[in-house]
Amino acid sequence: MQPGGYLDARRAVEATVRERAGRVLGGLVRYLGDFALAEDVYQDAVARALERWPVNGVPANPAGWLVTTARRAALDRLRHHAVRAAKAPDLALLARLEHDVDDDVLDIPDERLALLFTCCHPALSEEARVALTLRTLGGLQTAEIARSFLVPEPTMAQRLVRARRKIADAGIPFRVPGRDELPERLSSVLAVLYLVFNEGYASTSGDGLFRVDLSAEAIRLTRVLTELLPEPEVRGLLALMRLTDARRDARVGHDGGLVTLEEQDRGRWDAAAIAEGIALVRGALADRRPGPYQLQAAIAAVHAEARTAAETDWWQIVGLYTALATLAGTPVVSLNRAAALAMAAGPEVGLAAMDRPEVAGPLADYHLWHAARADLLRRAGRRDAAAAAYREALARVTNPVERRYLEARLAAVTP
Amino acid sequence: MQYLLLIYEDEALSPTTDEARTAMMGAYFAYTKELRDAGVFVGGDALHPIATATTVRVRDGRATTTDGPFAETKEQLGGYYLINVPDLDAALKWAAKIPAAHTGSVEVRPIVDFG
Repeated sequence: MQPGGYLDARRAVEATVRERAGRVLGGLVRYLGDFALAEDVYQDAVARALERWPVNGVPANPAGWLVTTARRAALDRLRHHAVRAAKAPDLALLARLEHDVDDDVLDIPDERLALLFTCCHPALSEEARVALTLRTLGGLQTAEIARSFLVPEPTMAQRLVRARRKIADAGIPFRVPGRDELPERLSSVLAVLYLVFNEGYASTSGDGLFRVDLSAEAIRLTRVLTELLPEPEVRGLLALMRLTDARRDARVGHDGGLVTLEEQDRGRWDAAAIAEGIALVRGALADRRPGPYQLQAAIAAVHAEARTAAETDWWQIVGLYTALATLAGTPVVSLNRAAALAMAAGPEVGLAAMDRPEVAGPLADYHLWHAARADLLRRAGRRDAAAAAYREALARVTNPVERRYLEARLAAVTP
Repeated sequence: MQYLLLIYEDEALSPTTDEARTAMMGAYFAYTKELRDAGVFVGGDALHPIATATTVRVRDGRATTTDGPFAETKEQLGGYYLINVPDLDAALKWAAKIPAAHTGSVEVRPIVDFG
């Protein structure tokens, strides 16, 4: 086989394996009753697949092959450790493995939901939840996850090891939470998925070549979740992701600079993503169980439905932010509502809302609060005050792309 | 699996009136009974306040004894429960029912099984 052919084959194998990662690993955790063991033997099986399949071809039942290979690896590991006093559970597992190991695996029970809820358990730190979710359900390599979050690989590896240890030592169970716990536990899962999406969305420019497309990964995982658990907030989150991602190409100018929503070329928006997002949020809201993700998606949908920025139904957006503030109010939500209010009722009205103590107080060090004020002051013709506000924003901004944008804005109001 | 539920609360919030004290003890008696009825209770005790604590450290063969807890903290250890439950979720559910969970913090620690 040509060298190029091998690389292509290997890439195809990697994709096939990644696609099935959550399904295979979930099934193994359930069968073996041991998260860490399941992960280890899964990795053994994947390594085998990456060696063999590019040369021998992908088997007819790739997932089944992986499970069988993993079970054999588990049997080896347990036999190896059988010399020391084995605790009762290990012996039972050993017996079961010996009985099953040569059977064909035709049907793998779908344990992806249990896997997702375990990885996103509140007992784990947020960064651990993110890393574990991407590793187990996303099938990403440790190196890929490390690069995506701009963290050294050993650090990420340690994070994953600690998370696995906590699952084992603290007794985090492998299960889908019961009805009474579900709302709180689901919000933890959605927060992880949204965080991954935003991490991907924030890094559209730069060395995108070497970093996994986290936004695409978040969309993929959220889509799987909507199939397994079609709750309205899950569909709302997928809608929000699709609608936000639809604007991706229009966000960055030719010079790599930031292009605001108002200035974007809407012809560059992904119409198919928008159509899906709008359908999803409409369907979710019809269930009459509104939530923060559904409302944020609805706001994005109102923007998406406007052919031009001038045609935006700002009053509808203000109403949606008001509902969001009632349901899950934060100073940032109030800020965004005030910005929408300015577009509907004029800059002075928006400024008054932004300057209310319950908004201004908590956001005094938030660069976007200063930037939003600066923008309204500019629209109100108060150039000196606008310049001062842009300077306050610049003193607090960290993202270099945003910085360049603010500097240009400042220059525009400075004679 | 056995878990130790460590009850931390700001002593400044301790009940000062007889009624408040009685109400608090009643709440804990009820909780302990719930644990026993569920068959998960292994142990549990209230501790005397921090003022009664003494800390011992032995360094280089010398023992030092000091008045007070091992460290000054905003919330102080006031009691514990030892329970036997299937997994962390079960332990967390029980921890949330401890009266002090509403005003203080309950730390849930798994016991090492030297099996």
